[in-house]
Amino acid sequence: MKKLLLGLVIASLTAPVLAEGEVNVYSARKEQLIKPLFDKFTEQTGIAVNLVTGKDDALLERLKLEGENTPADLLMTADAGRLYRAVEMELTQPVTSAILQKDIPENLRSPDNQWFGLTSRARPIFYVKDKVKPEELSTYEDLADPKWKGRICIRSSDNIYNQSMLGSMIALNGVEKAQAWADGFVKNFARPPEGGDRDQIKAAAAGQCDIAISNTYYYGQMLAGEDAEDKAAAEKVAIFWPNQADRGTHINISGAAVTRTANNKDNAVKLMEFLVSDESQEWYAEANQEYPVKAGVAPSDLLKGWGEFKADSLNLSELGKHNAAAVRIMDKAGWK
Amino acid sequence: MLLAMALLTALPILAVFGYVFVPAPEVWQHLRDTVLTDYLLNTLWLVLGVGFGVLLLGLPAAWLNSMCRFPGQRLFEWALLLPLAMPAYIIAYTYTGMLDFSGPVQSLLRDMTGWGYGDYYFPNVRSLGGAILMLSLVLFPYVYLLARAAFLEQSICVLEVSRTLGSNQWQSFFRVALPLARPAIITGLSLALMETLADFGTVQYFGVTTFTTGIFRTWFGLGDHAAASQLAALLMGFVFVLILLERWSRHKARYHHTSSKYSRLPRYQLRGGMALAAVLVCALPLLLGFVVPVGQLLYWSITTAANGLDSDFIKLVWHSLMLAGLAALFALLLALILGYGKRLSNDPLVNLASRIAAMGYAIPGTVIAIGVLIPFAWVDTQLNNLSKQWFGSNVGLLLSGTLFTLLFAYNVRFLSVSLQTVEAGLGKIKPTIDNAGRSLGLSPFGVLHKLHLPLMKGTLLTAILLVFVDVLKELPATLILRPFNFNTLAVRAYELASDERLADAGLPSLMIVAAGIIPVILLSRSIGKSRAGEH
Repeated sequence: MKKLLLGLVIASLTAPVLAEGEVNVYSARKEQLIKPLFDKFTEQTGIAVNLVTGKDDALLERLKLEGENTPADLLMTADAGRLYRAVEMELTQPVTSAILQKDIPENLRSPDNQWFGLTSRARPIFYVKDKVKPEELSTYEDLADPKWKGRICIRSSDNIYNQSMLGSMIALNGVEKAQAWADGFVKNFARPPEGGDRDQIKAAAAGQCDIAISNTYYYGQMLAGEDAEDKAAAEKVAIFWPNQADRGTHINISGAAVTRTANNKDNAVKLMEFLVSDESQEWYAEANQEYPVKAGVAPSDLLKGWGEFKADSLNLSELGKHNAAAVRIMDKAGWK
Repeated sequence: MLLAMALLTALPILAVFGYVFVPAPEVWQHLRDTVLTDYLLNTLWLVLGVGFGVLLLGLPAAWLNSMCRFPGQRLFEWALLLPLAMPAYIIAYTYTGMLDFSGPVQSLLRDMTGWGYGDYYFPNVRSLGGAILMLSLVLFPYVYLLARAAFLEQSICVLEVSRTLGSNQWQSFFRVALPLARPAIITGLSLALMETLADFGTVQYFGVTTFTTGIFRTWFGLGDHAAASQLAALLMGFVFVLILLERWSRHKARYHHTSSKYSRLPRYQLRGGMALAAVLVCALPLLLGFVVPVGQLLYWSITTAANGLDSDFIKLVWHSLMLAGLAALFALLLALILGYGKRLSNDPLVNLASRIAAMGYAIPGTVIAIGVLIPFAWVDTQLNNLSKQWFGSNVGLLLSGTLFTLLFAYNVRFLSVSLQTVEAGLGKIKPTIDNAGRSLGLSPFGVLHKLHLPLMKGTLLTAILLVFVDVLKELPATLILRPFNFNTLAVRAYELASDERLADAGLPSLMIVAAGIIPVILLSRSIGKSRAGEH
C-alpha cells in the first residue's frame, strides 16, 4: 500500500507526458460548460483533449510566462476583451479555416482571424413587470437619466462584462461622453454594487430596485433551473432589448484562439471547427442558454420565446481596446 | 545552504517585486485621485475589525477551556477548532444565500409583516462589516488554538505563585497568564490578520474594495504590472512594519519555560449564571462559524447530490488530500531546517530571507502563483535552449505545469504557518538543553533529532495539520498552477459558485469541510496532551 501510494505520488509529481497530437486547452470557460463537448470530439475523432481551467487573466499570464515552450494549443475565454488582450500580448496566431470564416459572423471574430467567437450572449435590461412599463425604457444611454434615480441594480465594475459594456460605449461615443454617462448612471444605483448577475435579478424581483442588468444566460438558467425561488424571481422580471433604434443591444462572446506556439495547430483548429458544428452549437444553446453564433442554428425554445433583437454589430475587438479606459472611467465615477 | 533555501522560498515574492522600480506615475496619479483612499481605509478597517473579532471570539473561549469546567466543555474544547475547516469564501456564500435581501430569512420576514423594500432595517451581509464578521468567524480558531496551547503549557507554578502573592483569579489571568501567553496570542493574531490581508474571494464577493482587490484591478483591469506590484509592495511594507513593531515591543523578554515542575491545573468548576455565560461564549462562535453554514451546505448538497456525485468526485477528494498531505510535509521540513538553522547560526541574511519568505501568507495566492511562474518558466526556457543546442530538440516544460510547482507555491504561501509554529515550539525549549546535549557529545543534528523533536512532537503535529487544512482550502494558486486534467474540491466548488450555481457548489464545499474536520480534531487532541513537564 505504501509503495503504491509513493508510486502514485511520484508519478503525479513529474512532468505529465502529453502525447503527440493531443490538443491542450487553457480555458476560462468552466469545466462543466465545455468538457462534455470535448468528450464528444474525442469520441468522434480519436483526438484526446487535455484541459486546465482558470481565470482569464491568470491563464493569459501563465501562457505569457511559459513562452515558447507552453504546452497549450488553444486558449478559450468567456469574453472578447480577454481575447483581444491575448492578441496584444502576442500569444495567439491567425488561423485560416474556411469553416470558421464562413460560420462565424465577421463582428464575432477578430479582423485578422486571431480569435473566433463560439457562443454569444446579450447584456440587456431586465425590468420588474409591475413597476416599469417597457415604453419607459429605450437605450443604455437613457439609464443615466435622473428619472431612474435609486432604481438600478448592477454588479461591481470589477466584472469584465460591465467593463466590456462600457467599452462598447466608449467605442461609439468617446471617452468624455462615456464618462458623463457613467457619472449619471452610478448616481441612479439603488445600492452599492454587490453579488453576481443573478443577484441583480433577484434583488429586482424582491423589490430592491426596478431595473437590473444581467447577461441573458443567467436569466435563462434561472428560468430553466430547478431552484423554485430563482425561477419565481426570474418570472417577476422581463427582458427589454435596448438601443433597437440605433446600434443594437450589447453582446459579448465566449471564444477561442490558437496559441502562437501551438504544437498541434491542425487538431486545435479541428476542435474549433467542431465547436461551431450544428451539433455543438445546439448543445451550447441548450446546456447554458447561450445564443449560437452560427447562422441557421436555432437557440433554445426558451431563448426563442424572448423574441428576436438587433444586436450591436461593433467588432468585439473594440471591447478589449477600450478596457483600461473603461476601468478608469468607472473608478472616476465611483462605480465600486 | 540555509541561505540558499531561504532565498529560494523568498524568490517568488522578490520576483513579483521586480516591477517595483518601474515608474508608473500616471497610473498612481489616477489611483490617488480615485480609489486609493478606499483601498487604504477599507483594508485598515478590515484588519482592525478582524483583529478585534478574532481576539474577542478566541481568547475568552481559550481561557475558559483551559481553566474551567462547565457543561459541554469537553465538546467545545475540540469543536471550537472546527471553523478552521471552513474556507472564508464558502462561509461568505452560505451567509449571503441565507441573509441576502432576496434570501429566505428576509423573504420570510417580509411575508410575515407585509413590509417591502425600505420599510425595515436589516444589516447587509455584503458589506465591510459582513466581511469582518465572516473572516473573524473562520479565523478566530488560530487565536483560540495557540492561546489555549499556551495556557495549557504554562507551568502551574507561576499561576500558584501569583495567587500566593495575593492576586485573585482575574488578576492572575491579566497579569500573569496573558502576558506569558503573549507570543502565542500574537502568532495566532498575526496568522489571522495575514490571511485577512491575502483574502480575495470574500471581499470581492462582498464588493468591498481592499488592497488585494486593488492589486488585481490595477494589474489586469488597468493593465499596469508596475503599479500593481507597487501596491503589493506597499501591502508588504505594512505587514513588515507590524512584525517589527511587535518584535520591538517585546524588547528583550524571553518566554522559555524556566521550570519543568508540573502538576495538573486544577480547573474551576463554574455553576449557575457563570456556567451559562461560559457555554454561550463557546457556543456562539461554534454555531455561527460552523454549525449554521454547514447546515446550509448540507441542505444544498441534498438538493443537488444527484448532479454532483459522479465517479470524478472520488478523484477530486483524492487530489485534494494528496496535495494537502504532501504540502504539509514539505512545509514542516522546510520550517524545521530554517527554524533550527536560525537557532544555530543567527545569520542576519538568513533571518531576513526567511522573514521575507514567511510573508507569503499575507500575499494573495494569485500573486504568489505568478511569482512562482516567473522564475520557474525562466529556468524552463534556459533548459530548453540548452537542450536545443545539445540535442537539437525541445524537452518541453519540466517545471511549469507540474505538481512540483504547485507544491512549491503552497510552501511559499504557507511557510509562515509552519515556521511560526516551529519557531514558537523551539523558543520554549531552553538553550541550556542544547548546551547540555552538545556537551554530552551530540552533533547539532543529534540535538534536533534526539532532544528537540521529541520535546515538540505536539508542535510538529500542529504545524503539519495547520498547513494541511490551509492547502485543502487554498484556491487561487491551485487554479493557476495545476497540471492538465487535474482538479481539486476547491476548484470544483469555485467553478460552480463563480458560475452563480451556489447550490451545486454545496457538495464539494461540504467535502472540503469534512476532509478538514479529521485533522482539526487530531490537532485538538495533540494540544490537549502537550503540557510542559509531561514528557
